[in-house]
Amino acid sequence: MAQGSRDQGGVGTADPDDDSPNMIVYRKIEDLVTRLQDEKAGGVPIRTVKSFLSKIPSVVTGADIVQWLMKNLTIEDPAEAIHLGSLIAGLGYIFPISDHVLTLKDDGTFYRFQAPYFWPSNCWEPENTDYAIYLCKRTMQNKARLELADYEAENLARLQRAFARKWEFIFMQAEAQLKIDRKKDKTERKILDSQERAFWDVHRPVPGCVNTTEMDIRKCRREKNPQKVKKSVYGVTDEAQTHSPVHTPSQPTRKATKEDVQKEISFLNTQLDRHCMKMSKVADSLMSYTEQFLDYDPFVTTPEPSNPWISDDTTFWDLEAGKDPSQQRVKKWGFSLEETLKDPAGRDQFLKFLESEFSSENLRFWLAVQDLKRRPLQDVPSRAQEIWQEFLAEGAPSSINLDSHSYERTSQNLRDPGRYSFEDAQEHIFKLMKSDSYARFLRSNAYQDLLLARKKGKSLTGKRLTGLMQSS
Amino acid sequence: MGEMEQLRKEAESLKDQISAARKAVHDVTLPEIVSGTAVVGRVQLKTRKTLRGHLAKIYAMHWGTDSKLCVSASQDGKLIVWDSYTTNKVHAIPLKSSWVMTCAYAPSGNMVACGGLDNMCSIYNLKGKDGNVKVMRELAAHTGYLSCCRFLNDSEIITSSGDCTCALWDIETGTQKTIFSGHMGDCMSLAVSHDFNMFISGACDYTAKLWDIREGACRQTFGGHESDINAIGFFPNGNAVLTGSDDGTCKMYDLRADQELITYQDPSIMCGVTSLAPSLSGRLILAGYDDFNCNIWDSLKAERVGVLAGHDNRVSCIGVTPDGMAACTGSWDSFLKIWN
Repeated sequence: MAQGSRDQGGVGTADPDDDSPNMIVYRKIEDLVTRLQDEKAGGVPIRTVKSFLSKIPSVVTGADIVQWLMKNLTIEDPAEAIHLGSLIAGLGYIFPISDHVLTLKDDGTFYRFQAPYFWPSNCWEPENTDYAIYLCKRTMQNKARLELADYEAENLARLQRAFARKWEFIFMQAEAQLKIDRKKDKTERKILDSQERAFWDVHRPVPGCVNTTEMDIRKCRREKNPQKVKKSVYGVTDEAQTHSPVHTPSQPTRKATKEDVQKEISFLNTQLDRHCMKMSKVADSLMSYTEQFLDYDPFVTTPEPSNPWISDDTTFWDLEAGKDPSQQRVKKWGFSLEETLKDPAGRDQFLKFLESEFSSENLRFWLAVQDLKRRPLQDVPSRAQEIWQEFLAEGAPSSINLDSHSYERTSQNLRDPGRYSFEDAQEHIFKLMKSDSYARFLRSNAYQDLLLARKKGKSLTGKRLTGLMQSS
Repeated sequence: MGEMEQLRKEAESLKDQISAARKAVHDVTLPEIVSGTAVVGRVQLKTRKTLRGHLAKIYAMHWGTDSKLCVSASQDGKLIVWDSYTTNKVHAIPLKSSWVMTCAYAPSGNMVACGGLDNMCSIYNLKGKDGNVKVMRELAAHTGYLSCCRFLNDSEIITSSGDCTCALWDIETGTQKTIFSGHMGDCMSLAVSHDFNMFISGACDYTAKLWDIREGACRQTFGGHESDINAIGFFPNGNAVLTGSDDGTCKMYDLRADQELITYQDPSIMCGVTSLAPSLSGRLILAGYDDFNCNIWDSLKAERVGVLAGHDNRVSCIGVTPDGMAACTGSWDSFLKIWN
């Protein structure tokens, strides 16, 4: 697939065959597991271990796997390596030989590698008939190590009830499978049996364990070959396909039409006209933004007096809701006009300041338009007219200063009033406030007093006198 | 040459020109610019509250604007509104369809919305006269599952769907006012800009798109991911977009430079990203993964600075409160956890 076209999200570049969303992750893990097993290329040592009366073929210890992960993926914390190893085990790529629970332990526990035939990337969705055949086959064998666990015995009982009518068929399939298995060499059989068991541990997990084959229902439709008959582990064709609500036939990925491409071309043409800002500038502004707000980020800077979630003390929230904004909060208003207007206390202070300058109509207009945009549709036309009358009509009581162009556009918009009728005007007024009143607001006594937490009413001379009196 | 071929050639040539224009402004990379800055220190967030009550996988959660109330949706067929500080359930709303995939809290706090495999967005009025929470509207028109929804105000809501489109609805009339089409794959999630003029969507065509709500048009498209984009969000300054994908990486794209700034990835991450949320300053990005953990990234240095480990199954959703005080994770293990 051409990387260049992918970068711009071209039309029809998604490959339907690679549609399964997990494939990338599976490939990553499979690469890793292949390297892990490759002893010649620095993989873990896979040994045959002598046990009490027999040999345990082809195993590696959990500790060895953890070590390998730490070394080859430069992981410093063993807990992280164990977590990753458990993810890989949970998907069934490695498994403990004596446990149905698929996690990785950082000790001498023995693990084996799963056969590629059983890898999740083969999109297995084994039916219950296959599981029944497997459990049935297990009961036919005399080996103590192959005895069914309690939950498996329960599963078998349930399946026997469900498949009562075709149990003879399942029994015969189990016998056939057993015959095939018996032909294999003893050591090979040990390995294959354990791999088959691990496969079922993934697809029919121990109760209480996470089922890693569960898919996000939003992605289920797009599993590879959703329409095809699900393949059987034991080569059995099952006519009765279960149809869960999510496995309804999906629309195939949309193929691009001529119109799509034409639309894309006109879109690309507008893109070409766009002015791109330089990366250096963009990166700088990103840095300065995060730096400015780092003091206000509770995950980085502990809030004063305390974080209510940690201290169980809600003082911080009570102060925020109160009438007196903290110095820190007031400082934020100085970052931009947007920040001032975001804060209700900031809005109030700015409004008060503008009233003192007899120029509050600009902000009141801006606030009225913001409110208009949130009103229910049916209220919009009448409210829009009210705003026009108050701020823009000839002889309006709170007349605002608009350039003739915006004025014309707005009056035209009001022939068919909608939520965005005043968009141009609002933008113009915002720029006006930003470049003019806002700067004066920041320099005003009212703002400076709040910023420096100067209490009203106490004069400086008063303070000096008391200071003198105290020191003498 | 067939007409289709000719058109494709034209499109390709335009793309090449755009690539060249982007390269021209690529005078420096983000890692180079921030090389002088120190990594923000190790961030250790702890679970402060666990919200118990759901009986099945949690698929979505959304904070209310007061930074204390939040709503969560689970496959047990319930929408629960929590007072997360006291861990009390304020409302437990039974749903008609249990296959719910998304939920949203209105900025006013008056309504919540949800939707899923029923292809509808159901709006619930929390402030009804008799105190009961009832369905106010059922917005039906999408031909695919509802993957995400976000209120603009009490009268308008934006939805994204598996039918590859997004839509702006008027809640009162229950009609679609604008349809945003252009994605070539299921739309998985959306986020609205702070000024409510734009929104971004991430889809299974591996791209993210910026839409102008008023004009109904796609303004920009960002590619580069190698698999479905599951999660999307605005950087707090409103000028950059964060995405999380099934390819195991997160990316930040800048709107003004019209290209990718940086990728957040690690060779030891072998699972998809399900959800993400930036901290208040944007310096930290919290991302939820399929391996049951959340990773905390230093957004400028692209290094992992923390992990949220505590869930026993996939983290499906994450949200940071508007006041930045806490993060909430929701998981397939049926629990929500509050961290800071």
